[in-house]
Amino acid sequence: MERTVPPDHPGGVVPYGRRRGVGRALAPYLLSLPAGLWLLLLFVIPLAFMLSLSLKTCSPSTGACVMTWHWGEIPSEVSLYHQEFITSLYFAAIATLIDLVISFPIAYWIAFYGGRRKNFFLLMLLVPFFVSFVIRTLVWEFILADNGVVLGTLKHIHLLPSGFHVLGTSYAVIAGLAYNYLPFTALPLYVALERIDRRVLEAAHDLYATRRAGFMKVIMPLTVPGIFAAFLLTFIPMFGDYVNQQILGGTSNTMIGTVIQNQFLVNFDLAGGASLSAVLLVVALLGIYLYARLLGSRTIDQYL
Amino acid sequence: MSLLERTTSDEPALVAPPRKRRWGRFILPTYSWLVIAYLVFPIILMIFYSFNKVYNGIPQVSFSWIGFTTEWYRQWSNVPGLTPAFWLSIRLALVSTAISTVLGTMLAIALVRYRPPRFHGKVIVEQVIFLNIAAPEIVMGASLLGLFVSFNIGRGFLTLVLAHVMFSIAYVTVTVRARLSGFDRSLEEAAYDLGATPRVTFTRVTLPLIMPGVLAGALMAFALSIDDFVTSNFLSGSSAPFPVWVYGVTRVGIPPQVFVFGTAIFTVGIAFAIMSIVLARKKV
Repeated sequence: MERTVPPDHPGGVVPYGRRRGVGRALAPYLLSLPAGLWLLLLFVIPLAFMLSLSLKTCSPSTGACVMTWHWGEIPSEVSLYHQEFITSLYFAAIATLIDLVISFPIAYWIAFYGGRRKNFFLLMLLVPFFVSFVIRTLVWEFILADNGVVLGTLKHIHLLPSGFHVLGTSYAVIAGLAYNYLPFTALPLYVALERIDRRVLEAAHDLYATRRAGFMKVIMPLTVPGIFAAFLLTFIPMFGDYVNQQILGGTSNTMIGTVIQNQFLVNFDLAGGASLSAVLLVVALLGIYLYARLLGSRTIDQYL
Repeated sequence: MSLLERTTSDEPALVAPPRKRRWGRFILPTYSWLVIAYLVFPIILMIFYSFNKVYNGIPQVSFSWIGFTTEWYRQWSNVPGLTPAFWLSIRLALVSTAISTVLGTMLAIALVRYRPPRFHGKVIVEQVIFLNIAAPEIVMGASLLGLFVSFNIGRGFLTLVLAHVMFSIAYVTVTVRARLSGFDRSLEEAAYDLGATPRVTFTRVTLPLIMPGVLAGALMAFALSIDDFVTSNFLSGSSAPFPVWVYGVTRVGIPPQVFVFGTAIFTVGIAFAIMSIVLARKKV
């Protein structure tokens, strides 16, 4: 049967995607232009600008910055605040590890045994996100306070000694970080476990793999990219977090995020703040680069 | 929240030797419910504290339980500064959600439908999206502040919108893309075969089909915006959104109304999330 295309009809009966025209050829670019431009102007360029700012010298009085190719700013800021970097690294690493250990079993359970209630359980994992981040952290201050509803009660019934004290210590900061970022760990793990082809596991059992062997030799290797993605998505934001430390950590154990915030908002030291941010950015990029090199096939955003 | 969008595969539990079923039957469920209790507990505590009386009439939440009152719910708008901050957050979230949902959906369509011969630069766009999600928020906020300060751009509602759309677009794109990748293109072809114009095809066929994904993306953008502290703290200037305002009073003492607003946001958010799950289930 002969099919004709009316010339004035843009759709016609020609299969989608084979129609000609300037509009068609431009379609992908027109569709991505607004978002691309937004990200270019407000994400890429500011980052590049910040990297250049870290090489500039700024006048503390006027705030004007001149490019002086001052490469020494970054090392001097790092040596000045190395303790804060180490504290951040330590807190973020421990809290991420805690989150991985807490969330792996529940992610596994939802992925393999969730059945028809999977969406309900996922919503439960996300539940902390429905309360503002700052309020969540404040509530932890209430939980960990010496005479709060929780510790106060435990002390009252003598389950804890009356001198017991958490708020203002590094334990409180780690507890807050672990709670606040748990969904960032649990969700990528869930996605990774959910994607495992069940037939591969059946094949392993058909070949007389024990449950333990099936878990160690099939499930675990297939979950490694997900574990790495979960690690990055949790560790990177934790590393830059300062709210938990400010609210729960008292005056000691300053993290690098606090320093960056103070450089920009209190000391108005743009070059100093930019240098520290640049280091943070490089640490994050390094993690992402390692991920891409080692487990390249999938990008992290597919675990969201 | 893109996960809420994922359709459940009602597969049976994994095939395994029948012995040692207790892992799946008893230990794992008990453990999982304990984790859920751990996640929910602070929220219950927040609601609980929003009903707590105060010491000697000083309107600050106290750590210990004094007595039950609904006073803070009746006087929800009595704290100077808090209510404007809350409405600012709502306005900001609505505007940035509207913009980022439209832009993010367009980008997602481009990324799913076109490949390099027709769409050069796709890989770069994808890498920028990915970097945007993974970059530490403090670095993004600080870099924007550095730019605005250096170019003498005054901080306020406009800079907040610019920044919030910037960090929401990537999440919207990823969420909508997940939904679009399972899209049956033959439905659009059928519409064309029946003589529909591209515009009619888009509004009557494509958009209704991807709507659950778009809604999930919008929900995500709204949640990110209303919850944002780090970037907003850098960019808000004199007009502080809700989280920034709350952070500002933590050292001074928290008015109980903060927890009332927290409870309200939580209730509305949960209601929307449940609605989106129900909608997604219907569409599948």
